[in-house]
Amino acid sequence: MSDQAIVEKLKAKFSSAVLDVVEHRGETTVTVEKERIVEVCTFMRDDCGYNFLCDLCGVDYLGKLTPRFMVVYNLYNITTKQRIRIKVPVAEENANVDTVSTVWGTANWHERECWDLMGISFNGHPDLRRILMPADWEGHPLRKDYPLQGPDREPYQGRLS
Amino acid sequence: MAFNTETMVINMGPQHPSTHGVLQLILELDGEIVQKATPHIGFLHRGTEKLSEYRTYHQVIPLTDRLDYLAPMSNNLGYVLAVEKLLGITDKIPERAKVIRVLMNELTRLKSHLVWMACHALDIGAMTVFLYCFREREDITDIYEKVSGARMTSNYFRVGGLSADLPDGLEQDIRAFAESMPGHIETYEGLLTGNRIWQKRTIGVGHISAEAAIDIGITGPSLRASGVDWDLRRDNPYSGYEDYDFEVPVFEEGDTFARYKARLDEMRQASLIILQALDKLKPGPILADCPKVVLPPKQDVVESIEGLIHHFKIVTEGFSPEPGEVYQGVEAPKGELGFYLVSDGSPKPLRMKVRPPSFVNLQGLPQMVEGKFLADVVAVIGTLDIVLGEIDR
Repeated sequence: MSDQAIVEKLKAKFSSAVLDVVEHRGETTVTVEKERIVEVCTFMRDDCGYNFLCDLCGVDYLGKLTPRFMVVYNLYNITTKQRIRIKVPVAEENANVDTVSTVWGTANWHERECWDLMGISFNGHPDLRRILMPADWEGHPLRKDYPLQGPDREPYQGRLS
Repeated sequence: MAFNTETMVINMGPQHPSTHGVLQLILELDGEIVQKATPHIGFLHRGTEKLSEYRTYHQVIPLTDRLDYLAPMSNNLGYVLAVEKLLGITDKIPERAKVIRVLMNELTRLKSHLVWMACHALDIGAMTVFLYCFREREDITDIYEKVSGARMTSNYFRVGGLSADLPDGLEQDIRAFAESMPGHIETYEGLLTGNRIWQKRTIGVGHISAEAAIDIGITGPSLRASGVDWDLRRDNPYSGYEDYDFEVPVFEEGDTFARYKARLDEMRQASLIILQALDKLKPGPILADCPKVVLPPKQDVVESIEGLIHHFKIVTEGFSPEPGEVYQGVEAPKGELGFYLVSDGSPKPLRMKVRPPSFVNLQGLPQMVEGKFLADVVAVIGTLDIVLGEIDR
């Protein structure tokens, strides 16, 4: 099934929840409402064959987009060898998404990483702890307003690039 | 006399020789049986993704070397392919550059698998193999040094091609090496496959079913040893892999022995691909003809004003891909290595996310060791072939 057909199928099922469909360099990205993400992912896995979650991450669009964050799900279909990308917009003041670790076990660590580095929490996650940073770390380093040198340090004066 | 029936919690790592770096496992033991295993990672976190947001696209390439430091060229390849896709110049890469990329990648696969086999065997008591494997790995690091100047952190591929052509005479060296490799693999097999101790330590150990492996996201040889026939080189070919004739070894057992055999067969296939790549190698350019984004050949910089201008612009400012996002997965020695890049139209990535295969594969460790012997934990860490450099990034 082509990406187009998958998108049509998604639209037919979740008409109002599909916010945007973009094709760039041959890759399809579907933006959906964050309230429906678990339903959408379950549908993608069971009815469209996207049985493999390759990657899950947060992107910070500070000053470029509102709402500020996107959580990105890169899916793969092992049978037809196709990829598709699902995104959900997440607002800064309400930075949480329902967990998809019930849909794919692999989401567990990816969501922990997203929480740790980007500060987006996942409702219903079984074990939401920091994963890469120390347990007592304050702040979320991958946010755009987090200084590269870390907090409480003089900004680096030399050239970065 | 009352027996003490409490479980015991022990700490394995981060300074433990068989955790392959700085992995810490908190193990809850009932006698010798592991009740619960909790991996703790992040001791090697260097903030690669954060750093890359402050560098131009070209300046990120050396950072990728340091992810999976046992297979630097696979990381280079995944990253440059993602940038090329973002720029839309994937089909402009010259044939010679593509062939050399495949060639170096398969050497990298051999290099990574040799370290895996050496350390895995050493961990579970077969010490001889270690030195044999490192002898061959040394030859590959020599080849690395000749092409890129560095033995480990190669930084060899560039957006649009390669940093330099192969030096004279290296093709013969690589061919001699690739031709000798099947014989070496026989030697390793002779030391391990029929060895009863090796079989006792690996057959049935660390079993994972295909469904569980897919659910937890395991990729690469570890997934193929559980019976899932999926290899990105064949199924989503990149860099010209569709033109090579190779087999994808798949085993059904899903245990440590099957993963050992899968990687061993992969090494045989890798040496065949290297020989095919050498046959395909024809003289030609090694950089794409896209002056706005690809560094011009040095000769042009010295001789022509356009070359000088382009070189200056790319080095000082970098290039700005149009806004958009791409995901590129490559079959690294350890599994699917993915790069997710978001561009906002500036010369630096808005976001670079690495999908490291080891990170996801390690997630499968608790369910592979719980209920098993403590000694099997060491075997399972070895068989998952993890590198903490890419887990922690």
